[in-house]
Amino acid sequence: MQQQGARENILHGIDSGTETISGKPVSLTKTKTAEKHITLAVNKTAGKPVSKLNRFKSKSFRENLIGYGFISPWLIGFFLLTAGPLLFSLVVSFSDYNITSEMTFTGLDNYKKMFTADDLFWTSLWNTVYFVLFSVPMTTAGAIFIAVLLNSKIKGMKIFRTIYYLPAVLSGVAVYFLWMQLLSPGTGLVNLVLSWVGIEGPAWLFDPNWTKPALIFMKLWSVGGGMLLYLASLQGVSTTLYEAADLDGANIFQKFFHITLPMITPIIFFDIITSTIGAFQIFQEAYVMSKDGDGGPAHSLLFYNLHMWNNAFEVFDMGYASAMAWVLFIIIMILTIFNLKFGKRWVHYEGGDNK
Amino acid sequence: MEIAEVKAASPVKEKKTRSMKVGKRIERISTYALLVILSTVFIFPFLWLIGTSLKPENEAMTFPPTLIPKVWDFANYKDVFTLVSFGKYYLNSIIVSFFVVLGTVLSSTIVAYGFARIKGKGRNFWFVILLGTMMLPPQVTMIPVYMIFSKLGWINTFLPLIVPSFFGSAYFIFLLRQFFKTIPKELEESAYLDGCGTFGIFWRIVLPLSVPSVITVALLSFMWTWNDFLYPLIYLNDDAKYTLALGILQFKGALLIEWGPMMAASVLIILPLIILFFVGQKYFVQGIATTGGKG
Repeated sequence: MQQQGARENILHGIDSGTETISGKPVSLTKTKTAEKHITLAVNKTAGKPVSKLNRFKSKSFRENLIGYGFISPWLIGFFLLTAGPLLFSLVVSFSDYNITSEMTFTGLDNYKKMFTADDLFWTSLWNTVYFVLFSVPMTTAGAIFIAVLLNSKIKGMKIFRTIYYLPAVLSGVAVYFLWMQLLSPGTGLVNLVLSWVGIEGPAWLFDPNWTKPALIFMKLWSVGGGMLLYLASLQGVSTTLYEAADLDGANIFQKFFHITLPMITPIIFFDIITSTIGAFQIFQEAYVMSKDGDGGPAHSLLFYNLHMWNNAFEVFDMGYASAMAWVLFIIIMILTIFNLKFGKRWVHYEGGDNK
Repeated sequence: MEIAEVKAASPVKEKKTRSMKVGKRIERISTYALLVILSTVFIFPFLWLIGTSLKPENEAMTFPPTLIPKVWDFANYKDVFTLVSFGKYYLNSIIVSFFVVLGTVLSSTIVAYGFARIKGKGRNFWFVILLGTMMLPPQVTMIPVYMIFSKLGWINTFLPLIVPSFFGSAYFIFLLRQFFKTIPKELEESAYLDGCGTFGIFWRIVLPLSVPSVITVALLSFMWTWNDFLYPLIYLNDDAKYTLALGILQFKGALLIEWGPMMAASVLIILPLIILFFVGQKYFVQGIATTGGKG
């Protein structure tokens, strides 16, 4: 808060400073000769009098300074809480730092241990990749599906929209416990409903084969955020395209695959990039739904970040955890770059040439 | 049908439009049916949650489970406050969320204005960096940031949760910048001619015009803070400092989970979110439409 106040003072200082500068010419105009000089100078430089407005629009040192003043909170935060720590964690990853000890550099030991000696590293990486591979396509498809249904000019669209979006808003620790109850093998609602249609439900969170699907289903329940995103972009698709297709006798599937889908590919592209990054970071669901972060039955819920968290804040092996963080960072970067490169092939930008 | 075909001037066309109408109707009916079935799936867990929170303990464990409690029992809600210091957790969550929202709104609006309006060398460069930080997994910086706060002696205080919000959040800066860009420049220019400084323009012209976006930012950052689990888990280790997200774990004993009180606690935790959601739904929709973020 103090810092906030100080910055505002600086900004006010800059403002009042200009008032004195702009005060000068006013005092000069008192002498007629000076007035002439000024108008001449103005005519030479700009061809027309430099108005206050033009000065407002022009780039200047002062304006630069004010600009940086405005973005300075973020700049300070960026250096102190993002860029600095980012570099520092790289340094720590080559050491055996554990908070209390001196930092001794151990070269690539942490990375060697990760790839050769830590079986749980591979388990956690596999669990995470499994989760990403299923949850990202399923939530994307689910979100598009519901958005398309809602976009078909139906009555009560707003009520449906609310119902579908609500779980996404409420998704937090409180809701994870609700799902643990719903998925309870004996008394849970999910298995009860499955038994109505003659399916014997699995033991979900108690069966290593079903823990990850359970989590993916829970995530599907909160597709509402993505649904809203797609709905917003679907409403921007021109109706004349659909009318033309109607006249040609296109059915609902043809319209979907030849009009709707191509038109929203930029949003799908964006959504897949962000949700892949997000899915790789899955942590709290697994922490809460397995016993205090032990990773559930047969480590089946030990996700990458959970394993990293255990190394950092249970064992306090900050060096190893930092190395894990950097490996995750590199995996995510490679995937994002791959997505960006590969995306050009299937993303359709309206009005622009595609390739 | 046959007669109609003979009589009609262009029978083929008529047949086509008729089948189209039937097709439309089938489309419409199946859309509604799907929407209603799916809605049930989406809404049911909440009904179950409320139902369980009102069930006495013996009824909660029966099979097949009942949705609507046979006996309405508010004992679970009483237990929430007696089993653990739930009131304290609630207060802690309110304090943390209040300051995080304050910090986020103040800093993000100022920074976003800087990015939206003020021309300057390097502005676009920094804006690209800002977008880049949104892609950066927070786990990479988590450990050094923890070390900084631990050196400052801030562990087990609310400061590590609150202070970072005063440096602005990339997502909200992006959201607000998009909105500020839509404000007509002429308004700011005339304010300048009236002798307004840059900060004055921001404070008296831009901010009052941006109330809806500012509300969007406030609502979203409140929700995220209220639901936040990771950072309280890292920084708070004293029971008296717990926020709700950590506090609810207290119902999970070593061997068994106190389901009734836990479900009641869940209802109490999501209650403010539900209220805010219904009051400000249009702001959420707007937030998502402007940024493409999922909220």
